[in-house]
Amino acid sequence: MTSNLIVYLIAIPLFSSAVLLLTGRKANKWGHLLGTLASASSFGVGAYLFTQMLAQPAEERAMTQKLFSWINVGSFNVDASLLLDQLSICFVLLITGVGTLIHIYSISYMSHDLDRRRFFAYLNLFIAAMLLLVLGNSYLNLYVGWEGVGLASYLLIGFWNQKPTYATAAKKAFVMNRVGDLGLSLAIMIAFASMGTVSFDGIKEAAPQTSTATLTAIGIMLLIAAAGKSAQFPLQAWLGDAMAGPTPVSALIHAATMVTAGVYLITRSNFIFDAAPTAQLLVVIVGAITLLFGAVVGTAKDDIKKALAASTMSQIGYMILGAGLGPVGYAFAIMHLLTHGFFKAGMFLGAGSVMHGMNDEVNMRKYGALRKFMPITFITFGLGYLAIIGVPPFAGFYSKDMIIETALNAGGIKGILLGSAALFGAALTAFYMTRVIILTFTGTKRWDDEAHPHESPILMWLPMAVLAIGSVASGYLFTRGDALVHWLEPIVAPGEHGEHAELLPPIVVSALALTMVLIGISIAVMMYVRRPVADVAPEDVSALTRIVRQDLLQDAANEAIFMRPGQSLTKTLVSIDEKVIDGAVRGVGAMALGSGSELRKTQTGYVRSYSALILVGAAAIVLGIWVITQ
Amino acid sequence: MVFNSPTLSYSLLSPILIILAGALIGVLIEAFVGKAVRPIAQLSVALGSLVLALIQVIRIRDFTSTAAAIGSVVIDGPGILFQGAILVIAIISIFLIADQDNFTSSPAALPGSDEERQAAQSGTVLTEIYPLTLFAVSGMLLFPIASDLITLFVALEVLSLPLYLMAGLSRHRRLASQEAALKYFLLGAFSSAFFLFGSAYLYGYAGTVSFAGIHAAVIGGTGNDVILLLGIAFVAIGLLFKVGAVPFHAWSPDVYQGSPTPITGFMAAATKVAAFGAMLRLFYTVLAEAQWQWRPFFMVIAIITMIFGSLVAISQRDVKRMLAYSSIAHAGFLLTGVIALNKAGLEASIYYLFAYGVATVGAFGIVTLVRDSSGEVSDLNRWAGLGKRSPWVASAFAFFLLAFAGIPLTSGFIGKFAIFSAAYESGATAVVIVGVLSSAIAAFFYIRVIVLMFFTDATEDGTSVVIPSILTRLTIFISLAITVALGVFPSPLLDFIKPLAIFIR
Repeated sequence: MTSNLIVYLIAIPLFSSAVLLLTGRKANKWGHLLGTLASASSFGVGAYLFTQMLAQPAEERAMTQKLFSWINVGSFNVDASLLLDQLSICFVLLITGVGTLIHIYSISYMSHDLDRRRFFAYLNLFIAAMLLLVLGNSYLNLYVGWEGVGLASYLLIGFWNQKPTYATAAKKAFVMNRVGDLGLSLAIMIAFASMGTVSFDGIKEAAPQTSTATLTAIGIMLLIAAAGKSAQFPLQAWLGDAMAGPTPVSALIHAATMVTAGVYLITRSNFIFDAAPTAQLLVVIVGAITLLFGAVVGTAKDDIKKALAASTMSQIGYMILGAGLGPVGYAFAIMHLLTHGFFKAGMFLGAGSVMHGMNDEVNMRKYGALRKFMPITFITFGLGYLAIIGVPPFAGFYSKDMIIETALNAGGIKGILLGSAALFGAALTAFYMTRVIILTFTGTKRWDDEAHPHESPILMWLPMAVLAIGSVASGYLFTRGDALVHWLEPIVAPGEHGEHAELLPPIVVSALALTMVLIGISIAVMMYVRRPVADVAPEDVSALTRIVRQDLLQDAANEAIFMRPGQSLTKTLVSIDEKVIDGAVRGVGAMALGSGSELRKTQTGYVRSYSALILVGAAAIVLGIWVITQ
Repeated sequence: MVFNSPTLSYSLLSPILIILAGALIGVLIEAFVGKAVRPIAQLSVALGSLVLALIQVIRIRDFTSTAAAIGSVVIDGPGILFQGAILVIAIISIFLIADQDNFTSSPAALPGSDEERQAAQSGTVLTEIYPLTLFAVSGMLLFPIASDLITLFVALEVLSLPLYLMAGLSRHRRLASQEAALKYFLLGAFSSAFFLFGSAYLYGYAGTVSFAGIHAAVIGGTGNDVILLLGIAFVAIGLLFKVGAVPFHAWSPDVYQGSPTPITGFMAAATKVAAFGAMLRLFYTVLAEAQWQWRPFFMVIAIITMIFGSLVAISQRDVKRMLAYSSIAHAGFLLTGVIALNKAGLEASIYYLFAYGVATVGAFGIVTLVRDSSGEVSDLNRWAGLGKRSPWVASAFAFFLLAFAGIPLTSGFIGKFAIFSAAYESGATAVVIVGVLSSAIAAFFYIRVIVLMFFTDATEDGTSVVIPSILTRLTIFISLAITVALGVFPSPLLDFIKPLAIFIR
């Protein structure tokens, strides 16, 4: 089926972004309204297309639209085409829906910012790029969107780039993401080299005839790409720092949409990972490590946004774990992605609301007892909290439970390890989230007299309320009659359930998960309710706490493992280039000249050594010829 | 004695003749036109003859002939495309060259002498640069269509000699500029000798200097293979020197750094097109049947060129040197197109040359804008924070760098993908793998500069960006527009190249 409407999903926000950037200050009065309207219209188009899809039988729901023939050279043909299928529509509705809510929120949140119009232009640009990412019908089109969201996110993280720390944060995100992009471009090139195509359909068809080694290589490269974009181990370090951007950005980009692109990539590439078990194993390992890593880091954060960022990292770890568990896991990964989109975006907006009322203070040790002053924020945040820790019947309970269950049933020792990690993660999640709630909303007030906490205006709390409803109901809706699993069936082709005998019956898994959650909550209550909370972080803590506070030494590790060896490699090469090749001759030249400026010394040396190099090259070629002809 | 006057197809040779006429008029203007109107007169003549030549190239695009100049040149599709690319690059560059601030007003004066100061104060401007540019262009136009070794050598010298001079004309840091010119000249002469030596071997092998004759001898296979191989090797060294392939690259960082920046841009872009044009013709038509002898060497050279250029570029602290090493790496990528030895490889090479050339001129155009009180600032550390002070200039530069790096939606991406897939088709898998890996490495040093411009705080002695003159702005704008257009809609140009990319013998 083709549809001419798909392009409008992207074109509307893109056009609006261009208008806002080009009109300049004249648009200051209505810029934010246009931006919000563009996002809402895009959601409208998405919703209409969704109803059209529903009217079709399952196999015919995918729609395509060819825009133009992009590259056509020799055997290399790529069309700029869009593909709207069951998987991408989930993302389209999430991106434009949550995106619109965040636009509405930002109208109020950014109202004091002189550059609010530019902020909305960037938000629209981001929406357009993210939609292109999920709507491209080939890895190459996806790559364009992939770079586009990168660009938009740097513009947004660095939006307040007057402060130096913000610029550093943007830099770190930039570099880490380049590593990921490198993975993606290598994956595309390997795929093209071995299969002669880069489209999803083409690769899906060609995959069965391709060697496992090639597929594994592509899979590993895709995993690197996913790790970079989704802040997964070992490329996780940038996410916490990216919180320097305005809070609505954190909600949109670093919770609901962009950081989940890695999960999309892996799910979209299911035909590669299903045929490459080694790559798939690496995916679950990365997922499991990150879900624990993020959760551990989250336990020691005093900055409310950084705590939520660590939590995002951990939750995406769950999704990656789910996606790595093969056919049965993809749908659960996407389900957790969608429910997480609701509750995490809601909590970020809640954090923004708290900061709004507290003079932009982010240290939770300076909060306390805010429940009375911000009742709506407390309730919406609280519903998100219940969802993320997985209390039934809130959304996170359904989606996380499915992943834990699938992990446990993965078979053998692998299943037990992964399942335990997922269960332990659930306890940690409950602990750090309870800690956030207690420090922020309950207990005694610890803020200074200058702060005058107050509830946020309706434009801010309304989006929070809508997201809170999603956090409550979405999990139930997705699992009723396995709705989402069946919806995604044509894309991810789930194998028969229970390839391995079930390790534990579902009810026992749920009970175990709930027990872990209760343990987590109890420890948090014991530590932060029973004992008074200091308004500065205590210094006399164990070495372990100190390591956790430094993000498990991730920066030190990056420096030791990547930066220093990289620097010494380039230093060596420079010295080879400058010293070994030129040095000898330069030294002779210097002696011969005796005096004269340093420049002159090198002058004589250079030409001699250069011509010597040419001569050596020529001699090597002649020698080669001699060897060949002998 | 009877002299037969040669038959010349003037219309097919007209692009070269127009450029030469423009150059000669330029010389006359130097002699007879007053100082005040000289710059504008020279610019008009230069621009006029370039545009006229380009129009003429477009008009004759469907003609093919091997007898246009009694067998010394061959007019065919690829030749037309190379000429067109050279002319477009020259037109873009001429605006940048016209920005007189980059050139010394008295090239003959000793650096730092009174004479120099007086010339500078009197407001003299250097207009000889225009005829010099046109002479160089005429050589470049002849280079890729030459069809015997003597014409090829003459074209090589015609294009090189003006460039040696132009390299020494920088207004600022004149010592370094003169040093660069001298180095370029000495090493160029050295490599020309190799080229001539190789021509002599090929003559010895085939008994003729014409491409058709050498081709026939290669097919006949009766000659001495060692002599053929030595001939190929030495001629190739001459050409590889011009494109800056390792190990014949050593001149390029110094010359790129020392030359006036507009000349660096012009030289880096146009010379590459001309030299690769000649190389492609020589190896695709004349020596295609001897591929078992030369392809292995080219593969080795391509591999070390790509790796060396990409790795050493990482550590450069000077933007012009960094671009020089980047151009070395690009020479390696382009060599994979020569190795491909198929039609796709030829099409991809032409596309790549054009896209790279245009982006190169644009990037060097931006380098001319970043200055402090004593002239251009090419020290990368002082580019830190440029994105905050001059977001437009920094963004344009970032875009050119992304095009060099081959990020999608830029021309560089399409070029790289096309050239690697052509080489892959021809079975040169190892070269392609190295190419992909080194372009990944190369991406890092381009991105390092972007990080520096946008995400690093400025140093104390920050540099300023001069407000570009309308001419420089034109150069940058046209290059940027072409680079974007070729990235988003490459098909029109690819479709244009496709039917034309057939060499005739």
